[in-house]
Amino acid sequence: MKELVILSGKGGTGKTTITAAFASLAENMVLCDCDVDAADLHLILKPDFNTTSDFKGGNEAVIDQDKCTECGRCIEVCRFDAVNSIFQVDPIACEGCGVCVDLCPEQAIDFPETICGQWYISDTRLGPMVHARLGIAQENSGKLVSLVRQEAKKIAQKKNLTLILTDGPPGVGCPVIASIGQATSILIIAEPTVSGIHDMERVGQLSRHFNIPAMILINKFDLNLDQTKKIETLAQKTNIKIVGKIPFDKTFTQAMIKAKTIFEYNKDSQASIEIRQIWNNIISMPWFHSPVTNNIIQHL
Amino acid sequence: MIISIASGKGGTGKTTISTNLALSINQKVQLLDCDVEEPNCHLFLDPVMETLEPVIAPVPQINLEKCTFCKKCMDICRFGAIAVLKKDVLIFDNLCHSCGGCFEICPEDAIIEKERSLGEIEQGTAREIPFIHGRLDIGQVMVPPIIKKVRSYTDPDIVTIIDAPPGTSCPVIAAMNHADFILLVTEPTPFGLHDLKLAVETVKILNIPHGLVINRADLGNDEVKKYAIKERIPILMEIPFDKKIAQIYSKGEMIIDKLPEYKEKFQILFDKIEQQVLAGGQSK
Repeated sequence: MKELVILSGKGGTGKTTITAAFASLAENMVLCDCDVDAADLHLILKPDFNTTSDFKGGNEAVIDQDKCTECGRCIEVCRFDAVNSIFQVDPIACEGCGVCVDLCPEQAIDFPETICGQWYISDTRLGPMVHARLGIAQENSGKLVSLVRQEAKKIAQKKNLTLILTDGPPGVGCPVIASIGQATSILIIAEPTVSGIHDMERVGQLSRHFNIPAMILINKFDLNLDQTKKIETLAQKTNIKIVGKIPFDKTFTQAMIKAKTIFEYNKDSQASIEIRQIWNNIISMPWFHSPVTNNIIQHL
Repeated sequence: MIISIASGKGGTGKTTISTNLALSINQKVQLLDCDVEEPNCHLFLDPVMETLEPVIAPVPQINLEKCTFCKKCMDICRFGAIAVLKKDVLIFDNLCHSCGGCFEICPEDAIIEKERSLGEIEQGTAREIPFIHGRLDIGQVMVPPIIKKVRSYTDPDIVTIIDAPPGTSCPVIAAMNHADFILLVTEPTPFGLHDLKLAVETVKILNIPHGLVINRADLGNDEVKKYAIKERIPILMEIPFDKKIAQIYSKGEMIIDKLPEYKEKFQILFDKIEQQVLAGGQSK
């Protein structure tokens, strides 16, 4: 079983649109949306939310005012400044570490489990899909990402699917690291802008840090040919393969408005032709055929 | 006055708005780039950086000579960062949230806190404007402490513009909390609208006045506008899709330098934000 994770560092470069396009082409695949903060893949794939489960991501301190003697120990030990001067816990500031709970001499602090979001197993017209929605202002996005990926893996095993296609989150922090542990390969969607290149380089560093092979796809390459050239030079220097280039094409937006992949909307558009070629390049990469092992511990 | 520029969806134009707004207004202003996973403002402003300071967080280190392997540290740690074995204690730095629980609970005084680096903060000047940004170390996960450190440079006597990260979880909250106004930047596409709704929910939890900038306003459909009208979110600025703007951006240049008529548009945007804040804004 292989897992291809689509990343970019910078948001808005086309991760989800391109993931959906690949989903039209890939066979024996389960889809996995790891952008649990602001998931968008379901807007194109229209999953049926077949099973919904709560994500119990952590706990939250609640002070029982009847038992509290206002000794101040909780304020003293909390490193997140979550307890105010009248002994109330700010749920947004609370990290869920439970240190106040354990150290309160009156045992006046409850620590209920919090539901931090939902995750779903769905069927879509292009295959099964695992996705999630982190509650607004919640923490532990990395934990939810790990959960979504584990469930996708289970489905792949059960249904004998050979590929997990994962739409990743932006950035290089907690949810991104949770998205790539033990993945087979990362595809970086780069755009030919100064900021797109800066962010692509940081994802490249991340892939080297965790020793996961990366590839680059240049999206909207004709927006700035000088910057596209820069990406090509950088890729060569860091030994990352460029699998192809897609021109700026308003067809993407039109397809998105109709909730279709670009192939479903117009399979003969210039962008469609390019993406088909790129997908063939990806599946002929060596990692797609040989077993790849990565020694990475799962980060939360 | 603190104005936080946020979006939900990435790539809608937060950095473009933050940098051009900061350079357009006629008041004393500072710019804080709080997208510490992928900071980009400096690419457009070319600031002269004056100081560099590391952001560190404590992680436990066990003195095995004093340790009695009682496991109290392992029991209090909710993040699975400590494993006490028969004759050894393993610490997983990357799982540690630096809550200090193990340090507090250890009855033998066998834990000292050592420092680990999470990232760094740079402070300098961009075209006479104070500029501060943070950068997460590659491989690190703790983002909010870096954002808080960037925000510790807030000067209460001048206007503070914050470029926030995308999303709706803890990093975004750290960049929006206690702002006087949140400017949401979106694009009129189904993805833009969906993520805007999430961002509006976030802003409502924090109960902060907010308004909207629609970027590439003629590229998608009218659903974002209909939503804004229905929810009574003021649309403070619209920027049309223009290949010229896309190319200016791609080179790392400022819109107000290449299309000077935009300077006045950003000044008007700022006036509207000020009016919203003075009027108590649209916070429900």
